[in-house]
Amino acid sequence: MKELICIVCPRGCHLRVDEEKDYLVTGNSCPRGAEYGKNELLHPVRVLTSTVRLEGAAVRRCPVKTRQPIARELMLRAAKALDAVTVTAPVRCGDVVLSDLLGTGIDVVATKDFPKTER
Amino acid sequence: MDYELIVIGGGPAGLAAAYAAWAKGLRRVLILERDRELGGILNQCIHNGFGLHRFKEELTGPEYAGRYIEMLKATGVEAKTDTMVLRITQDKCVSFLNPVDGYRTVRAEAVILAMGCRERTRGAISIPGARCSGIFTAGTAQRFLNIEGYLVGKRVVILGSGDIGLIMARRMTLEGAKVLACVELMPYSGGLNRNIVQCLRDYDIPLYLSHTVTDIVGKQRLERITISAVDADRRPIPGTELSFDCDTLLLSVGLVPENELSRQMDVEMDRRTNGPVVYENMETGVEGVFACGNVVHVHDLVDFVSEESSRAGEAAARYILEGETAKEPLLTVENGSAVSYTVPQRIRPAGVDKNVKLFFRVNRVFGKAVIRVRSGETQIACFKREHMAPGEMESVILPKALLPQGGVLTVSAEEVEA
Amino acid sequence: MDDVIIIGCGVVGAACAYALSRYELNVTVLEAGSDIAAGTTKANSAIIHAGYDPVPGTDMAKMNLEGSAMAEDICRRLDVPYERVGSLVLAFDAADLQCLQTLLERGQMNGVEGLKLLSGEEARAMEPNVSGQVQGALWAPTAAIINPWEYCLAMAETAVKNGVRLHRNCRVTDIRREQDGFLLTTTGGEFTAKYLINAAGVYADAVHELIGEKEFTIRPSRGEYYLLDKCEGQRVRHVIFQCPGKEGKGVLVAPTVHGNLIVGPTAGPCVPEDVSNTAEGLRQVCERAVKSVPTIAFRENIRNFAGVRAASDVPDFIVRESRSVPGFFQAAGICSPGLSAAPAIAKRLTELLSRSGLELHEKARYDDSRRRLRFTRLTEGEKNELIAKDSRFGRVICRCETVTEGEIVACLHTPIPPCSVNGVKRRVGAGMGRCQGGFCGPRVQEIIARELHMDPVDVMLEEKGSYILTGETKGGGARGL
Repeated sequence: MKELICIVCPRGCHLRVDEEKDYLVTGNSCPRGAEYGKNELLHPVRVLTSTVRLEGAAVRRCPVKTRQPIARELMLRAAKALDAVTVTAPVRCGDVVLSDLLGTGIDVVATKDFPKTER
Repeated sequence: MDYELIVIGGGPAGLAAAYAAWAKGLRRVLILERDRELGGILNQCIHNGFGLHRFKEELTGPEYAGRYIEMLKATGVEAKTDTMVLRITQDKCVSFLNPVDGYRTVRAEAVILAMGCRERTRGAISIPGARCSGIFTAGTAQRFLNIEGYLVGKRVVILGSGDIGLIMARRMTLEGAKVLACVELMPYSGGLNRNIVQCLRDYDIPLYLSHTVTDIVGKQRLERITISAVDADRRPIPGTELSFDCDTLLLSVGLVPENELSRQMDVEMDRRTNGPVVYENMETGVEGVFACGNVVHVHDLVDFVSEESSRAGEAAARYILEGETAKEPLLTVENGSAVSYTVPQRIRPAGVDKNVKLFFRVNRVFGKAVIRVRSGETQIACFKREHMAPGEMESVILPKALLPQGGVLTVSAEEVEA
Repeated sequence: MDDVIIIGCGVVGAACAYALSRYELNVTVLEAGSDIAAGTTKANSAIIHAGYDPVPGTDMAKMNLEGSAMAEDICRRLDVPYERVGSLVLAFDAADLQCLQTLLERGQMNGVEGLKLLSGEEARAMEPNVSGQVQGALWAPTAAIINPWEYCLAMAETAVKNGVRLHRNCRVTDIRREQDGFLLTTTGGEFTAKYLINAAGVYADAVHELIGEKEFTIRPSRGEYYLLDKCEGQRVRHVIFQCPGKEGKGVLVAPTVHGNLIVGPTAGPCVPEDVSNTAEGLRQVCERAVKSVPTIAFRENIRNFAGVRAASDVPDFIVRESRSVPGFFQAAGICSPGLSAAPAIAKRLTELLSRSGLELHEKARYDDSRRRLRFTRLTEGEKNELIAKDSRFGRVICRCETVTEGEIVACLHTPIPPCSVNGVKRRVGAGMGRCQGGFCGPRVQEIIARELHMDPVDVMLEEKGSYILTGETKGGGARGL
C-alpha cells in the first residue's frame, strides 16, 4: 500500500494505492485521481511548462507547454531541448512551437497570443 | 456620469467582474489596469493547474487570462492599460494617470476594487543579516524568468513554502539552477500539497519545516545563508544552525491585499484579511463600491477568484439597474474556534438569492474534521472534511432557508474523534 | 594640478565641494564608491539636531548650531526635503528629569533657541502617542527632519554644476608629497593637488595614515533601524528622543520627510562598512522604542537597515590641518551631529585653507540653485502639461511612491547620474515604498539599461559585484530589452 497526494487538481486528495490489488486507488474524489494513483506508481507523467525565445514581439519569451503530459524523467531533458527553439510573432495560443518533443510524439505549444510589434 | 461601472485592476478578478457586469446588462464599463497588458499575475504564472473549476480543463496562467481577454473582446467593455489609479472618492470619482490621457478624473455609478495583492518582503519579516543583492520575492524572480527571460541566480534557497515559492523551485531547477532547500517557519507547508509533490519531491528538493533564515552573508551579492530550527513560539533554537552556500534567496512568505486606495477612500477594513469588509454580494461598507479577488482575501485558486468576482460584477450591475440592497436585517459572520477569517463578513438575508458561499481559513492542520456554523448557540449547519490546512482556503454553502434574520453567525472547525 | 582635492563624497565632502565651488578654484572630489553618499550619509537618523547635546565650547557644539542654521537655507535653495518639526526628549524618572535639566542648560549655553521643559501632560498633549509613563520632556522647536541623501546630492550636484569635478570609483590607495602639492594614486587613476581635504568617513584614519603619522583612530559604531510603512508615518509628529546615555542619543522615533516612521538606532562597535542587521540589534530597537511610543506597529516594517557612525577616539570632531602633513586638512571623527554640522565644517575648512594661503576669489557667475521635478507635488494642470510634452511622465513605474518613467529618465541625465538600481531609488524614490521594488525593480533595471546603453545583466543593485541577474534563459538571445 502506497500513500500519495493527488496532483491532478488543487484539491490534493490523499490517495492510497494498493499494488497487490492491481493498483486499486482509494481516497480519490474523481476518476482522474484513480488514474493518477495508478500512473504515479507505474510510469509517472507531468506537463512541462516553460518558455522559448520570441522575436518580433513586445517581450522576449513566449510561454509554452507540452500538449500532453510527458514522462517525469524526461522533464529536465525536455526543458533543455526548448533552448534551441525560437518563434517569431505573430504567435497564437495553441501554435505548435516544437513538434514531437524528444521523440515522444507530443507537441510543445504556445500558451499565449503575441501580435507582431514594431520596436 | 462618465461610466456605469469602473473596475480597478485588470487581473483575473477585474476581468471576471467586468465580464459578469456586461453579461448582466451594463454597457458603459471601464477597466483600469496598471500593467502593460491585461491578465495581471497570470501572465507570469506560466505553469498549469488553472481552470479546472471554471473551464473544466487544466490551463496555464496565460491561457486562463487569455480566455477572459477573448471573452471581453466580444463585449464593449473598455480597458485602459498602463494606467495607474491614484485616487477614488466615496462618490466614485476615479483619478488616474497614463501616457495617453494624462491625469484624468472620471465618475461612475459603481466601482469594483480588484487591485489584487503584493508579496510580503524581507522587511515585513525583518530577516537579519547583510543587505546584498540576490534576495528576491518569488514573484519578482518569476517575472524576470518567465516574462523578461532572465535567471536571477544559480544556487537558490527558498524561504516560505507558499505556492509561488514552490512553483519557482521547479521552474528554476528546469532552467538549470540548483535549488538547495525550501525553508518553512511553520510546522506545515503554506502551499498546496500538489505543489509540494510536483515541485519539491519530483526534484529531490528538501523541505525544512519549522525552520527559518537567521543570517544572510554577502558583501555585494549573496554568498551564504544560515537557517535555524524554531521552537513552538517560532523563535530560533541556538545550536541548530545549518548553512548553505548560495547566491539567491527567494522569499515566498505571504501575500498582502493591496488596499492603499481602499484605505484612502475610507472603506471599512477587516484586520483579519487586510481587505475590505464585504457583504454577501461583495459590496463594501461604501454603497456602490464592491471588491473581489485577492484585494478582499488572498485566494489559492484563480477559479475561486473568478467565481467571487463574477458575483461582484453581477451585484454591481444589479445595484446600478435595480438600486441598492435593503440594509436590514443584517447578519455578521465571526470566527469560531480554529478559524482565522471569514468572507463575507456580513450577510443581508434579503440580498441572498438561493444560497450564500462562505470562505474561510483554518489556523492549523486538521485530519477528519467538521465545520460547524452556528447562530448564537444553535448549530444551523455542519459539514464534514477529510483534511484541512491553513494553506488551503475552505468554503461552505449555506442555503438561504437556513439563514437567521439577524444576529451573529460563527464558523468553527473541530476535530472528529477517530 | 588641482587647487584642492576632497577625498570622500559623503555629506561632509559634498558640503566642502559646495562651499569651495563659489571660488575661482580647481576642485576635484574623489569618491571610492560607485555612487556618492554611500557610507554614513546614506544610513542615519535623518535628523538636523537642535544642538543641546554637545558639550558647550566643543567644535561639535559650535558646528552643530551653525550647521543646523545653515541647513534650512541650503535646503530651500537646493530643493531638499526638510521640515522643522521640532524634537522632544522624554523623561521617565527622576534621573531623566535631572538629565533634561542638564540638556536645557547645555542647550542654552550652546545658544539653542526656544528650548522649553514640559510636564508629562504637556508632552502627551503635543504628542498623544507617547507613553503614559512620561514624566516630562524637553521641547526643542529647531530640530528638523531631512532627506540626508538628497542633501548631500544637492550640494554635490550644485558644486559639479559650478565646475567641481567628481570622480566616482576612485578609492585613494596612496598619497605622496610632491614639490608643490600631493600626488594621489587611486583605483581610478592619478590626481595631483596643492591641498587635500580628508572627508573619508569611516576610513579617515586610514587615509590620513597613507602619508601622515597616526593622530586619531576611527572607532566605527553601527546603528540599526526599522523603517515603517507610511500608514505608521503619523504615529508621531515630532522627533522623539530618550535621554542620552553612554551609547549616544539612544533610540528615537521620528517621522521622515518621505512620510514613513523611522525607529532606531542601536549603537555598537563594528568593522567599517558592516551594515548588516542583527537579530539582537533589531530586538533592542523594538524593546527600547516602545518605551517611548508603546503603540508602534512593527508589523508595518518595510525595511531594516544599519548605518556606521564614523566616530573617533577623540571626543570632538577633528576639523583641522594634519599636524604631521601641512596642507592636508582633516574632517574626521564626524559622528552625530555630523549631518547637522556639515556646512559649518565646510565653512571652517574653507577658512583654514584660506589662512594657509589658498586664495579665494568669488566667481562672477555662480548658480546657487537646484530644482528636482517631483511629479506627485505638481497640480493637475502642471501634470497634464508635462505629460503632453513627454508622455513618459504619464507612466507610473513605482506604484508605491508614484514615481513616473519621466522622473527616472530625467535622473539618469543629471550632473551626477545613478548607475545602479539603488542609485535610482535614492534619487527619485522608486523602490523605496512598501513593496521595496518588487514590482518596479525589473522595470527600473530595464530603463537604466535602455538609457545608459547597457546590457540589463550588467545593471547592478549597488556596487560592482552586486549583480541582480545571472544571465538569460534559453541560452540567451532574442533582442535585448
